[in-house]
Amino acid sequence: MSDTATNTPGIAGEAERAAAQNGGLLRVLGPAHIWALGVGIVLVGEYMGWNFAVGKGGAYAALIACWFAGILYSCVAMIDSEVTSTVAAAGGQYTQAKHIVGPLMAFNVGLYLVFAYTMLEAANAITVGFLVETVAGMTGHEGLDPQPFIVLAIMFLAWLNYRGVLATLTFSLVITAFAFSSILILFLATSPVFGDSPLRHAELMTDLPYGWLGVLAAMHFGLWYYLGIEGTCQAAEEVRSPARSLPFGTLAGIMTLLIAATLTWYVSVGLMPWEYLGQSGVPLFDAARMSGSTALTVLLGIGTLFATLASANGCINDASRAWFAMGRDHYLPSWFGAVHPVYRTPYRAIIFLVPIALIFALGAPLDQVITFSILSGLLEYTFMPLNVILFRRKWPLETIKRGYEHPFHPLPAITLLCLCGITFFAVFLGYGTQLVAMIAFYIVVSLWFHFWRYRFVRRAAQFTMPWPKPQGY
Amino acid sequence: MERYTPPPQSKLGQIFDVLVLLVLTVGALYVPLWLGLAGSAQVHQTVDAPTWESLNQNAAMVEQWGKLGFADAEAAAPLITARFDYSFSIFALVAVIITVVGYYAMMLKLSEKEYRDVIAEKFGKE
Repeated sequence: MSDTATNTPGIAGEAERAAAQNGGLLRVLGPAHIWALGVGIVLVGEYMGWNFAVGKGGAYAALIACWFAGILYSCVAMIDSEVTSTVAAAGGQYTQAKHIVGPLMAFNVGLYLVFAYTMLEAANAITVGFLVETVAGMTGHEGLDPQPFIVLAIMFLAWLNYRGVLATLTFSLVITAFAFSSILILFLATSPVFGDSPLRHAELMTDLPYGWLGVLAAMHFGLWYYLGIEGTCQAAEEVRSPARSLPFGTLAGIMTLLIAATLTWYVSVGLMPWEYLGQSGVPLFDAARMSGSTALTVLLGIGTLFATLASANGCINDASRAWFAMGRDHYLPSWFGAVHPVYRTPYRAIIFLVPIALIFALGAPLDQVITFSILSGLLEYTFMPLNVILFRRKWPLETIKRGYEHPFHPLPAITLLCLCGITFFAVFLGYGTQLVAMIAFYIVVSLWFHFWRYRFVRRAAQFTMPWPKPQGY
Repeated sequence: MERYTPPPQSKLGQIFDVLVLLVLTVGALYVPLWLGLAGSAQVHQTVDAPTWESLNQNAAMVEQWGKLGFADAEAAAPLITARFDYSFSIFALVAVIITVVGYYAMMLKLSEKEYRDVIAEKFGKE
């Protein structure tokens, strides 16, 4: 492990290496785990949530949103891979912001990460409950209370995360592979290539119900196809070779998701009227039911369950790492910066975030929770182009060795910034009050941090990377 | 540059800080919900005695609604007639743009001030 730390660009200095050896997080993960972490968090977006884009703009609008969101996330993956291959530390984008932009930005980014993932975890738990309730209804047990299943799902996954990262992400790898295979099987089984097909695109597709304004509005939930892929870099301190594994796992993940998202859209809109699809709780499971095959229904039911569990699992992993990193830096009470003496996991952060996830999973509507998560993600993506532009300006390519250099700079950054602007407008259309409430929250906590909390933070100790002095300072 | 030494924080102070964050977080979602301001701007058009034809559903759509468990047009009408209201005032849009841009501007400015202290203490002033 020490070799990895010494030879990898961007790994922290002596103090952090010593911490990693003696009481830090374990470096046990490979590229496949990174793929599983990224895709595992996001794949649930194909099983539920993306279809609200159909509700906001119609079927074609959801496809256009899927591709434009794909461009947005390709920019995110490219930018993130370069910075992460250099800033390989727990906390991911939070740690990047701390070294490149400044402490207040880092605090906000840390909160974006925690809330994006914790709300996504809550949304996953709600879906588990909804799926159990639906299956119970189909088997003659109507009226089953889903809340115990929501609590059970969150508690079980928190326990798994508490016990160790390797077991957690190996579990994610297996169930993510199953969930992704289920989408491929559904596509192949319903495709006209293999004989009679239940797909009826010609009869079910309609014009854009809201015109081109609806296409813009659909970008809001278009993000849900891919939201969370950037979470791969949260595992930076637990990967054996961050400079190689992180870019590989992230870019392979976004390619996997682009394929899965397009297949999901194609099958779903060919089986359901857009008005139903736009409000469905479990669209892929519904698509399987519509295919008329019991085997597919069972497969996609299990696929939905596995996708939600894999996603919630990854979310607990990522949110707790961000919370842990902020505690370690005293941005939050340092009590959260502890590592379990036996399992080497950030156990206090894991436990603390459980009740927050439960509050939202048990008390708020699904689309509100998803919007809360999307907004936190969107604020984070808006930070990324600013981050990479400042990174290249403060440390030009020849000053720091990068594990990966993204091409065409600053084109991806400008594209990402423009697409974020469009998505803010999309959220404004239909969910404007939540957008304002969310920004008001971040303004208040920013002022709280700057004028109160920051006094407990050591200044120079925040900068842990073995980098030269930034240009212009 | 003189090294900054943060004051120690008592356990009670740490707990209070966490509670502040917790209250703000829960408030950000639940206050708009309690005030009835949150939620999608979705409206349901009322259709008297709806039929599949009046809801603009063709034969294939009707068949799919049937498979989904909607036996008649009346059952499916609330879903079919639900529409987002995308009308908005320019004033509201400008207010949101100012809020978002102002938030980032404030954050970048305050961050830069803090960052200069960090760099000065870490590397020393040239």
